Amino acid sequence: MDRAYEIAASVRSGERSAREVIDGYLDNVAARNDELNALLLVSADAARASADAIDAVVAQGKDPGPLAGVPVVLKDNLCQRGVPTTCGSRILEGWKPPYTATVVEAVIAAGGIALGKANLDEFAMGSSTENSAFGPTRNPHDPSRVPGGSSGGSAAAVAAEFAPLALGSDTGGSIRQPAALCGVVGVKPTYGRVSRYGLVAFASSLDQIGPFATSVSDAALLLDAISGHDRRDSTSFADQLIPVAPSLNEGVAGLRVGVIEELTNGEGVAPEVRAAVSAAAAALEAAGAIIEMVSLPSTQFGLSAYYMIAPAEASSNLARYDGVRYGLRVDGDDLSTMNERTRDAGFGAEVKRRIMLGTYALSAGYYDAYYGRAQRVRTLITRDFDRVYENCDVLLSPTSPTTAFKLGDRTADPMAMYQSDVCTIPTNLAGHPAMSLPWGKGADGMPVGVQVLAPALGEPTMFRAARVIEDAAP
Amino acid sequence: MTPDPVAITRAEVAHVAKLARLGLTADEIDRLTGELAGILIHARDMGELDLTGVEPTTHPLPLVNVVRPDEVEPTLDRDEVLAAAPEVEDNRFRVPRILEAP
Repeated sequence: MDRAYEIAASVRSGERSAREVIDGYLDNVAARNDELNALLLVSADAARASADAIDAVVAQGKDPGPLAGVPVVLKDNLCQRGVPTTCGSRILEGWKPPYTATVVEAVIAAGGIALGKANLDEFAMGSSTENSAFGPTRNPHDPSRVPGGSSGGSAAAVAAEFAPLALGSDTGGSIRQPAALCGVVGVKPTYGRVSRYGLVAFASSLDQIGPFATSVSDAALLLDAISGHDRRDSTSFADQLIPVAPSLNEGVAGLRVGVIEELTNGEGVAPEVRAAVSAAAAALEAAGAIIEMVSLPSTQFGLSAYYMIAPAEASSNLARYDGVRYGLRVDGDDLSTMNERTRDAGFGAEVKRRIMLGTYALSAGYYDAYYGRAQRVRTLITRDFDRVYENCDVLLSPTSPTTAFKLGDRTADPMAMYQSDVCTIPTNLAGHPAMSLPWGKGADGMPVGVQVLAPALGEPTMFRAARVIEDAAP
Repeated sequence: MTPDPVAITRAEVAHVAKLARLGLTADEIDRLTGELAGILIHARDMGELDLTGVEPTTHPLPLVNVVRPDEVEPTLDRDEVLAAAPEVEDNRFRVPRILEAP
C-alpha cells in the first residue's frame, strides 16, 4: 500500500508523475465503487487535469507542496465550489456550493488532488452510513457489514485504496468509529485546530474536521496541512500551532498513559476489543511508558448528554433548509406549508428524529430538564478529563465497543445504534483530540480499533504514542 | 426529573413537529412518539447526578468576540448564489405568499 508521504516525495522529485498516480487510484475506484458505494461523486476529469497541472509545476523545477500529487477523498459535507455537495440528503441533491471549504483549499494549496465526494450518514447523523439517502456504503473487509459512520464513505475509500487520504468530520465519533471498523487511522483534532469554514454544520460546538490515512505518518501529513487559523472561522485558534510531524518518532519513554476504566471495561465492550486495548497498553509500557488505570465516572453519562446537546444544535442548524435559498422545494399555497412539505420530503428518518428531539429539548418547559442538564453534565465530563490529565499525558480506550456489524442489524433501534459512539463522545464534549488506530482483527475477521486521547492541543504527544502503537500492532 | 412513565405524548410530538416546521404524516408521528420516549427515558440517567452549582458548558473554548476592521470585501457572486435557488424573481428569492390576501 503506497503511503501518501512516499507518493508526494516521488512526485516532487519527478520520479513518478501525478497523472500516473491518479490514474492508478481511479482504476481502483472503477473496480470497486459500484460494490462499496463509498464515493457519491468521482471527479475523474478534474482530478486528471489537476494532476497534469502538478506535473507541469514539477517540470518547471518548482515544488507543488507537501501533498504533491496525493489524491484526497472529501466527505460530502465539505464544500467545493461548483461541485455537487449533498450531505447524503435529498434536500441538498444537485446543490453546487458557491464557495470552497478552507480545508479543501489547504489540500489543493499543498499540491493534493480532490478525487471525489464520499458517502455519509445524512447530515453526518449516524454510525453506519445506512442513513444516507443515496444508499449505504459497505465495508471493504466484508461487504455484508457496515463501514461505520458517519464518515463511512471516507473510511471505506481509504481502506479500499481509492485514495491514500480522506477528510471526514467528527461530531461524536464520526471519524474515529468508521476508522476503527474499516481498519484505518482516523483523527479527531482539538476543537479549533482546524477551520470549519465550508463544512456543512451539524452541531457547531462539537463538529471538527480531521484526516483518514493508512498510517500515522500520513495522518500527520494531512493534519499539519489543514491545521491553523482561519479568519472565516472565528472558533479556529489564532495562536501558532505546534505541528505533529516533526516529533512523530520521539517515542514514549516516561510518558504517563491512563487506560480509561469505564470505557474499556464497560458493559457492551467485546472481549477482543478489551484485549486490544490491553495489548496496546502493554506495547506502550514495553517502549518505556508508565501505564495506570484511570476512572472518569461521568463519561458514563456522555451518551445521554450528547443525545440532547447534538440534536439541539442540529435542530437550530438545520432550520436553514426551508426551500427558499437552495436545495429542494416542495410547493405549497403559503410559506409555512411549503416549508413543512419541503422538510418532510427532503429529510430522512434519522434527521427528522434528531430535529424533533432537539426542538423538544430546547422547548419551553423542558429546556432545564434536558438541554440544561446535559450542558451541566458536559461540564462534569470536562472536569473529569482535567483531573485525570493532571497525572496522565495521554489516555487509552476502545474506539468502538464492537467490530463492524451487519447492515440492518441496528437500524430498527436508535438507542442500539447510538451505543456505537459511547467511547468517542466524551472527547467531543470536552473539545479534546483523539484518534483511532487499527489493532489486528477480531474473531469475526474484522478490524479492531484502539483510541488514543489527549488534552486540548495535545496532538504532538498523541501522535508519538500512536506511532509506537502502530509499530507494535499485529 | 418527573418519574412520569410516559416521557412524551403523541400530542406533544405533533406540537413539536409544528415548531420544527416538519409536515409529518400520522404514521411518522406515531413512530416518533415511541422512539423519542425511548431516548428521553435513557436521558433520565442524568437525573442521578448532583448538578448543584455546576455551570453549564455551551462551548469547549473560552470564547471571546472576534472583531475585524469593517472594510468592503468581495462577497459571494450574486448570480451564482441565485442560480441555486428554487425560484427567483428580480434578483430576489421568490417564495409563496406569507400574508393572507386583503
